[in-house]
Amino acid sequence: MVVSYEPVIGLEVHSQLLVRSKMFCGCSTQFGAPPNTNVCPVCLGLPGALPVPNRAAIAMAVRTALALGCQINTHSRFARKNYFYPDMAKGYQISQYELPIGEHGALTIETDGVKRRVGITRLHQEEDAAKNLHGGASGHNTLVDFNRGGTPLMEIVSEPDLRSAAEVEEYLKRLREILMFLGVNDGNLEEGSFRCDANISIRPVGEPKFGTRVELKNINSFRFVRKAIEHEIVRQQGVLQGGGVVIQETRSYSPEQDKTVVMRGKEEATDYRYFPDPDLPPLVLSETMMAEARALLLELPAAKRARWTTELGLTDYDATVLSAHPGVAAFFEQCAAALPPLCQGKLTSSEAGKRAANFIQSEVLRRTKTEGLDAQFPTSAQALAELLSLVEQGVVSGKMAKDIFAEMATTGAGAKKIVDVKGLAQVKDSSLIESQAKQVVESNAKQVEQYRSGKTSVFGFFVGQIMKATQGSADPKLVNEVLHRLLDQP
Amino acid sequence: MTEPKITFEQARHVADLARLALSDSELEVMQGQLDSILGYMAELEKLDIAGVEPTFYSVAMETPLRTDINAASLPHDEALRAAPEQCAGGFAVPKVME
Amino acid sequence: MTNTDFHTRSACELRESVACGQVSAVELVRLFLGRIEKHDGRLNAFLHLCPERALAEAAAVDRARAAGEPLGPLAGVPVAIKDNLCTRGIPTTCASKMLAGYTPPYDAHVVEKLRSAGAVLLGKLNLDEFAMGSSTENSAFGPTRNPWDLERTPGGSSGGPAAAVAACLSAVALGSDTGGSVRQPASFCGVTAIKPTYGRVSRYGLVAFASSLDQVGPLGRSVRDAARMLSVVAGHDPRDATSVATATEPYEDECGKAVRGMRVGVVQEGLGQGCDSDVTGALAKAVDTLRTLGCEPVEISLPHLRYAVSTYYIVAPAEASSNLARFDGVRYGLRVRGGDLIDTYGKTRAAGFGPEVKRRIMLGTYALSAGYYDAFYLKAQKVRTLIWQDYQAAFAKCDVLVSPTAPTPAFLLGEKLSDPLAMYLQDIFTLPISLAGIPAVSVPCGFSGQGLPIGMQVCAPAFMEGRLVRIAHAFEQACGLSSRTPPDFS
Repeated sequence: MVVSYEPVIGLEVHSQLLVRSKMFCGCSTQFGAPPNTNVCPVCLGLPGALPVPNRAAIAMAVRTALALGCQINTHSRFARKNYFYPDMAKGYQISQYELPIGEHGALTIETDGVKRRVGITRLHQEEDAAKNLHGGASGHNTLVDFNRGGTPLMEIVSEPDLRSAAEVEEYLKRLREILMFLGVNDGNLEEGSFRCDANISIRPVGEPKFGTRVELKNINSFRFVRKAIEHEIVRQQGVLQGGGVVIQETRSYSPEQDKTVVMRGKEEATDYRYFPDPDLPPLVLSETMMAEARALLLELPAAKRARWTTELGLTDYDATVLSAHPGVAAFFEQCAAALPPLCQGKLTSSEAGKRAANFIQSEVLRRTKTEGLDAQFPTSAQALAELLSLVEQGVVSGKMAKDIFAEMATTGAGAKKIVDVKGLAQVKDSSLIESQAKQVVESNAKQVEQYRSGKTSVFGFFVGQIMKATQGSADPKLVNEVLHRLLDQP
Repeated sequence: MTEPKITFEQARHVADLARLALSDSELEVMQGQLDSILGYMAELEKLDIAGVEPTFYSVAMETPLRTDINAASLPHDEALRAAPEQCAGGFAVPKVME
Repeated sequence: MTNTDFHTRSACELRESVACGQVSAVELVRLFLGRIEKHDGRLNAFLHLCPERALAEAAAVDRARAAGEPLGPLAGVPVAIKDNLCTRGIPTTCASKMLAGYTPPYDAHVVEKLRSAGAVLLGKLNLDEFAMGSSTENSAFGPTRNPWDLERTPGGSSGGPAAAVAACLSAVALGSDTGGSVRQPASFCGVTAIKPTYGRVSRYGLVAFASSLDQVGPLGRSVRDAARMLSVVAGHDPRDATSVATATEPYEDECGKAVRGMRVGVVQEGLGQGCDSDVTGALAKAVDTLRTLGCEPVEISLPHLRYAVSTYYIVAPAEASSNLARFDGVRYGLRVRGGDLIDTYGKTRAAGFGPEVKRRIMLGTYALSAGYYDAFYLKAQKVRTLIWQDYQAAFAKCDVLVSPTAPTPAFLLGEKLSDPLAMYLQDIFTLPISLAGIPAVSVPCGFSGQGLPIGMQVCAPAFMEGRLVRIAHAFEQACGLSSRTPPDFS
């Protein structure tokens, strides 16, 4: 009998915080500066330099911990994690060990319509390592750039609650979204501001004990998440089914080879010799800081989606697309809120939501550029709402609105102005339409015959002829009315 | 002779952790000295510390927090000036595998 | 210059002499540089001199005086500092091969303070490597000798500062004290030193040995000089997270105030076995002197004093093992290139650190390592609580506590070098005070039969440096020892 295995996966996510200065010094956190230009005695670990924590970074960690439902340790503690590596200037990383900022939180994910609660073990504050640059002029050297060293990081550790690659992907997407909506992280996997390591083991279904876990590093693209995890699961299954044992080691996914490869074999268990950092007295979160963090807890994406589907008439799919980026979500909400007043209240908020959602997905998103938390839209949300209100009032057709929007995007002009200048307003003069219609009916006796003998599908032909004659500017509703009047009574 | 407080092998492990390349003879001397120091420290074993909180910071204080503003960084050449080896604006070290 | 005794004058007197034009700051620098040239060959107190810079700084003071500008409290006073305090553009070696030739790009907080007070920096002073030792024999650049007997050690680790001040090669000096490192050398060399309350003086730019214990402390030939130095360097510094905001006092104002009625606790454990009889005799006389000043001696027992050596030699090396991890040959300092990275680390650190530093790194690494943390590091921190509680209990019954500073007068060079434990036991009276974080002063209280200075240590509750200055000054005036200088150096 073939044993079936169940994967057990826990994730460690490191996310850089969107602050100006580093965790323990005033150096800039800007990405992409020339090597070793954003460095000072503190982040270079010079003798005698001392750390002082960044308040904004701590505020962000607290806010995130609250958003993830963590219990907050108002007395938390910095600890030193001791290990030698060229990217760790002091020979230790300032992190947290006992008493992290947040503990015992959770994140709810949904895969295939099933909701699951994934436990968050802890959220703690730490500093990023520097960057080892390989290659270079002399091939036998590694060059170290300390610009990134000391950048504020938040590590979010999940419980081993995930059971598939799909769940991992979903968890990461939801977590990334939350961090972006909180404004604490730009969600950029490629530049490494949002990084993930996975601890993966498998066990026979029904077995309560965990298998030997492998740490999978460098999952630095959403494209690879699923593949990397799936490959590792399949690999472990192969090992066990072949009668082997999984070795505790660190592996990384190689997109080129499309498999996971060993990074480090099993060493002697690393002994980090954590102890409270004597340079940093206890971190006490004041009532003011806690209140500020609570006040900045904006509506999170899951809550937005729930509200949009119930109040704004969106489908789950629409809601998911529009909540994938905080800028897009805000644009949608502004547009949907501005629309009903522009239509003199003739539009319900649910109708307005649908109209805005459809138009944004079909026309706006493909012209929108996002970078990190920034999103650049072709027009303002208010300008789009004005255009959509013209459609509602029948001034322009839905089809025309698309062309007008394209014009708005290139010229920056408002919808009304474009309509006025180009004379694009729909012909609503019924006498004009009537004379056109009469002409069409008179000169197409054969089709009139067919229609009146029951072949009503020919109706479209008459509409088309009138639209052609008016170059598409006739109000379709009016055209319908007039044609029915002329054709339905012999 | 009672069991040593620290064996030669343990001393070797600690030296590895501390990244100190000590020769066997250096380590032997070290082990002997550490053993006598740790032997003296065995006096602490007699002390009853049940219910006593540790004092990590001798004077009660809280960590102050810094406002998130940028301060001047070191000029690039000054940052690298003391480097034993440098290349292309970076600190050069023997190749590390990642 | 007509008057040739300027070198024996106190720093406070020198400042007045400069202020009233009796002598120029430049003349003083020349005088002291001349003395250093003449005498330091025998002492080896200085590791680096900065004559050009000193002359330029002195000239600036003289110009300021000529222009009628206000002068700082140390205007024109020649000072020297321990070589573990960072000085921009001046080598800072910590008496280690590891940092031979290293020049920091920034000044320590206390160096900035000295400069703005008008002090003129003559140079940097010898110490036990990284301030680890009690005899200054652990300097990679040769031991400093005791000006009272060149065959003896000046104590340590601030042996350079104590010897330089005692021999009138500098008017005053700054040292650092982790477990007695300004007090014991002051006692051995017959000068006064203050170990401030932990947090009273910023550690920014003091190369860390044990961060939860390190404090910068002044040494002078009079209590008033030490008090003035303390006033200059004390105070809050936002760059050190352990620097307290508690306001400083004008410590010098305490000089001359009455001590009548002050309850002086005499530490009974300080009179027992292990103490040289000359030392216990001198202390008994000192207590009599205090009684004649109106103080009320009370017997005090510190039951956990005996555990201070064990506790300290776990806590301090543990912190040191982490603090000294930054000396890895990557960003500064010595590098011995090995076959690969780990080999390079090991060879660099083995070659750069001397035996005592290695010993403490080993001890500290062991105390923090997996399986030993609870039994050593954590236990020691708990015993530290008991020691602290002893002092709390004592200060309920008295205002200050007195004991010998060290159990013996200065010992011979080489005498304890081969027995680390015997060396550690030297610090029995100074260590518990460091562990409790409270302030202490060592003030000369007599001479041994062999003519070696003996010091009395007075400690007070946290932030009561003013009280220490008051009693030490009153005692100094009553026993009249402060004007004595070593015969060969007058």
